[in-house]
Amino acid sequence: MAGPVPEGVELLRDGRRHDGRLPEDLRPIRMQVGILNNADGSALVEFGRTRVLAAVYGPREPHQRFYILPDRAALRVRYHMAPFSTDERKSPAPSRREIELSKVVREALEPVVLAEEFPRTVIDVFLEVLQADGGTRTAAVTAASLALADAGIPMRALVGGVAVGKIQGVLVVDVDELEDMYGEADMPVAAAPDIGEITLLQLNGVLTREEFRTALSMALRAIDRVVEFEKEAIRRTYLEVGGGQE
Amino acid sequence: MSGEKQLAGHIVVPGEQLPDEVEASPPYVIDDEGVKRATVVGLLREKSDGGGKAFVKLKEIYIPQPGDVVIGLIQGIGIMNWFVDINSPYVAVLSAQDFLGRPFNPSVDDMHSLLKVGDYIKAKVVAFDKTRSPLLTVQGEGLGRIIRGKVVEISPAKVPRVIGRKMSMLKTLEEKTECKIFVARNGRIHLECPNEDLEAIAVMAIKIIEEEAYTSGLTKRIIKFIEEERRIREV
Repeated sequence: MAGPVPEGVELLRDGRRHDGRLPEDLRPIRMQVGILNNADGSALVEFGRTRVLAAVYGPREPHQRFYILPDRAALRVRYHMAPFSTDERKSPAPSRREIELSKVVREALEPVVLAEEFPRTVIDVFLEVLQADGGTRTAAVTAASLALADAGIPMRALVGGVAVGKIQGVLVVDVDELEDMYGEADMPVAAAPDIGEITLLQLNGVLTREEFRTALSMALRAIDRVVEFEKEAIRRTYLEVGGGQE
Repeated sequence: MSGEKQLAGHIVVPGEQLPDEVEASPPYVIDDEGVKRATVVGLLREKSDGGGKAFVKLKEIYIPQPGDVVIGLIQGIGIMNWFVDINSPYVAVLSAQDFLGRPFNPSVDDMHSLLKVGDYIKAKVVAFDKTRSPLLTVQGEGLGRIIRGKVVEISPAKVPRVIGRKMSMLKTLEEKTECKIFVARNGRIHLECPNEDLEAIAVMAIKIIEEEAYTSGLTKRIIKFIEEERRIREV
């Protein structure tokens, strides 16, 4: 949505995208669980060149009493981009976009976290985008879900996220920065396949009704795979040490 | 550690469906509209009595229960009570009156000289219902300030494994390391050992049990580890 595509860049050629992927292909995914010693739970998630680190603390009693909810734990999420995560240095101060995404990611997690088990406490989720190449909010939801599981916070299901975009009229899964900038639409989705719930759905750009339906089902299929990766990452952590680390 | 380490069961992740025969134990196994689901990472394994499958949680956040004996760490001092970290989301409270066993007299009694920040106490949970702080008492046999030995911390989920079936693992540890070991429900363990070497060995053994809980042949490996270490250190 940033005007014409620059010279020499071909977003689609012979049905393949600029990085050689087919429309429904995800970027290479890497996930690691429990990589920070000082956090109660942590995870690192990579979708291609997008890298997000998640750290979870809690449930714990908050220092500021006004956060206390009498009937459940308050989920506090901070989505933040490191100054070095983008081409141009990004100011470390929370931008309008980051404040919004913190809220969006929080709402993507709230339906699965059993917060009512821990009234009067807070659960803190810190998300640091280390490298941004499109799809950071969906990678952040994915990383947060893994870190919450690592912290032992009871969850109804794991959540995964992916964005579907439209380039030159073709729907593509897991858009990167370039496709996001010059595509006609971008639709981030997060869902918990185990319980069949969509927890995040945003769209900027234009899709027809038919395209929207197709895009949503493409996203859900991709999320099935993302969550399968999450489960693998958790199992791997336990099989390696035969017990897992706290 | 060498030797074959096989997990005694299949790893279950949050959201995974469990067989109907698994007992619901909220919040770790929930009944989600007729479907049994795990909400934390755990193991699905055969029951020892052959009665189907059971879910063993590998993660747990300690929630105090009245009657639990816990090891607390003094983290703050109030006018007439101490705030105690009990390795739980909730900070517990111990009143000066309870500690002294008589009414607190501010003109005579000094809170700071009774218990300091950083002191460990063995205490019993008197009351807790998630609407207010857990209340502790130190009135009882073996309760009060811990004055010697060492306290180590493990995940509360691994407490049953350190104790073992019918206390088997705990007895083995005590026998082989010659330490007196008390395992509190909140994942803190108090050790009183004859010397520093045995204490170090016991701590290492406990850490191995935490790391390798629910792997096959763990007890044998622990015995071998302790004997080996004692031979090297000549204790």
